[in-house]
Amino acid sequence: MLLAILTISLMAGLFGLILGYASIRFRVEGNPIVDQIDALLPQTQCGQCTYAGCRPYAEAIANGEAPINQCPPGGQATIVALADLLDTEVLELNAELGEHLDVTLVAVIDEQTCIGCTLCIQACPVDAILGASKHMHTVIAAECTGCKLCLPPCPVDCIDMVPVQQTIDDWKWSNPLDQLQLVQDG
Amino acid sequence: MAKLHHFHGGLVLDGHKAESLTRGLRQASLPQKLILPLRQHIGDYNKPLVGVGQRVLKGETIAACSSLICAAVHASTSGIVSEISQFPVAHPSGQADTCVVIDVDGEDEAASADIVDPGTLAPDEMIQRICRAGIVGLGGAAFPTPPKLSRGKSHGVDTLIINGVECEPYITCDDMLMRNYAAEVIRGCGYLQKILTPRKTLIAIEDNKPEAISAMSQALAAHPLAAAEIIPVPTIYPAGGEKQLIQILTGKEVPHGNLAFDIGLLCQNVGTCAAITRALETGEPLISRIVTCSGDNVVEPGNWEIRLGTPISHLLELAGGYRHGDDAYLVMGGPMMGFALSGDNLPIVKSSNCILVMREETIPHSPGYHDECIRCGKCTEVCPARLLPQQLYWHARARAYERTQEYHLFECIECGCCSAVCPSQIPLVQYYRAAKSEIRAAQKAQFKADRARARFEFREHRLLVKKQRDEERRRLKREALQKKPAQAVDATTFADPVQAALERVRERKKAAQEETR
Repeated sequence: MLLAILTISLMAGLFGLILGYASIRFRVEGNPIVDQIDALLPQTQCGQCTYAGCRPYAEAIANGEAPINQCPPGGQATIVALADLLDTEVLELNAELGEHLDVTLVAVIDEQTCIGCTLCIQACPVDAILGASKHMHTVIAAECTGCKLCLPPCPVDCIDMVPVQQTIDDWKWSNPLDQLQLVQDG
Repeated sequence: MAKLHHFHGGLVLDGHKAESLTRGLRQASLPQKLILPLRQHIGDYNKPLVGVGQRVLKGETIAACSSLICAAVHASTSGIVSEISQFPVAHPSGQADTCVVIDVDGEDEAASADIVDPGTLAPDEMIQRICRAGIVGLGGAAFPTPPKLSRGKSHGVDTLIINGVECEPYITCDDMLMRNYAAEVIRGCGYLQKILTPRKTLIAIEDNKPEAISAMSQALAAHPLAAAEIIPVPTIYPAGGEKQLIQILTGKEVPHGNLAFDIGLLCQNVGTCAAITRALETGEPLISRIVTCSGDNVVEPGNWEIRLGTPISHLLELAGGYRHGDDAYLVMGGPMMGFALSGDNLPIVKSSNCILVMREETIPHSPGYHDECIRCGKCTEVCPARLLPQQLYWHARARAYERTQEYHLFECIECGCCSAVCPSQIPLVQYYRAAKSEIRAAQKAQFKADRARARFEFREHRLLVKKQRDEERRRLKREALQKKPAQAVDATTFADPVQAALERVRERKKAAQEETR
């Protein structure tokens, strides 16, 4: 009887020590679920979700403070992916926050009109605008996420959002199903 | 001779080769205008080196490599650059790409070439010269040859395979090349042997090309190569596919997700070998190629050695034009893997092996609908990549792209065997191509998102550091200011700064009054 109790308590103590060691040795920094949610967000950093970027929104979702339907650039595909990850219900996109566009946009500065005020540079969440005070500014098109955050601060309204021109490199073969549906609809 | 193996599936197709073989190889005349796309290969864009109005000579580099996976473009004849702008190019999208247009002056004046005896060149120098000549794989994919050779050289090549199979119906340009330029091809194999030092070299030619086999055998006898042999392979489509040919010759399968290098093999097309010989022996870059023009809607099918950049309409004129009026359907490549062209104003490029001119009515047009899959399994029987076309179809149709990848969608070589045998006439390859495009687009978007995330996080970090630094600076300033007044009190006799100022003013006034006196 005593031996059994002693053995069990000894084992419990030993395993407790192992667990305690493991929790320190293999400690996970940060919240891994935030990273997983962040990986599904489109990283436009546009703030349309009412948070200051994709990661803050991911943190809000992980803490249960925000619903999963607040990302207009991601659209329904992102909502489905988030619902899949978090095992929750698929919601409709919150239309108050903006609508999902199928085309990607890129900001273009009209360099004739630009006065070089640097306000857009400070607004760009991904540092995709190049320029200096009283010098012409320009957008690094490849890095622009199309978030439109540079539009409101511009005092001379010289920034336009234009759809990205399709090139041979990002042309897609059409799915025969689309043609099929066209015929059925027609 | 080594024992040959089989690959899974495949089809025996009606060859239609005789039509374009009856007249021999002809030299195409120079067109009025050349349209040279800046990118005629798989890989990155070139940098144009010429300006509008500039005179260029035959063989002059007009666009240089911008990266490793790239191939230079050369002027195919002499003339004046009249335009550098967007022109429609031969691409399934029918879209435009940047092209250099040259108004041909007809003199065909060549730029001076620096010629050295290729025997004295080291392997790396040879690769450099091949790179300068802008050579790409001429079998159809147009992958730049120099990176392939460098990689093969560093990996070590056990068997060099020279591909003269040309298995698609109608196409006979490689057959013609081997009949007319067998010696160049064999010498090219010699140069490749010098670069890659393979243990053996296998030259594979389909057994429906007896003339090519005999011409190549004679050339090999005249210019013997170490451990090289010509191997006739059975005529089964797609025996000319790289992985299929490897399987026929060696019995080895290239594992999923691997390349031929990974199992010690390297394939080169016969056309590429001939181009390498030209580049090394005469210094002539890749400015022309042999193109088959065939089909049931062209008056005189045949093969022409034609300058790159020649508009297809010029080739059609040489071939006597359309047989049945304008009711024409143009395809670049063969009937199995080729793609429809939007018109005949497009230029011939490095990858153009065949221009197929068909009558609209003989083309099995997609009627816009197809029958449902009846799960007969014929597609699986013929798939040379040993995939499950039916499963791929279901998942591609349902846009379940992750599932298609589980079924190895990217191992599909788009040979078209499954579509050809499907009793429901489902355009299977079309579904796979669409799925591949979607997956590639998603990968690209993911890549861009990851970059945006990194830039956003870096910016946050930068702003935080700046804020901390500003705060630190402000704190130091505040501390300095707090110290200063204390010292000032000790230094001056006047405790009150206002009193001190008044005193100074009074003294100055006094001094001024004394001066006026």
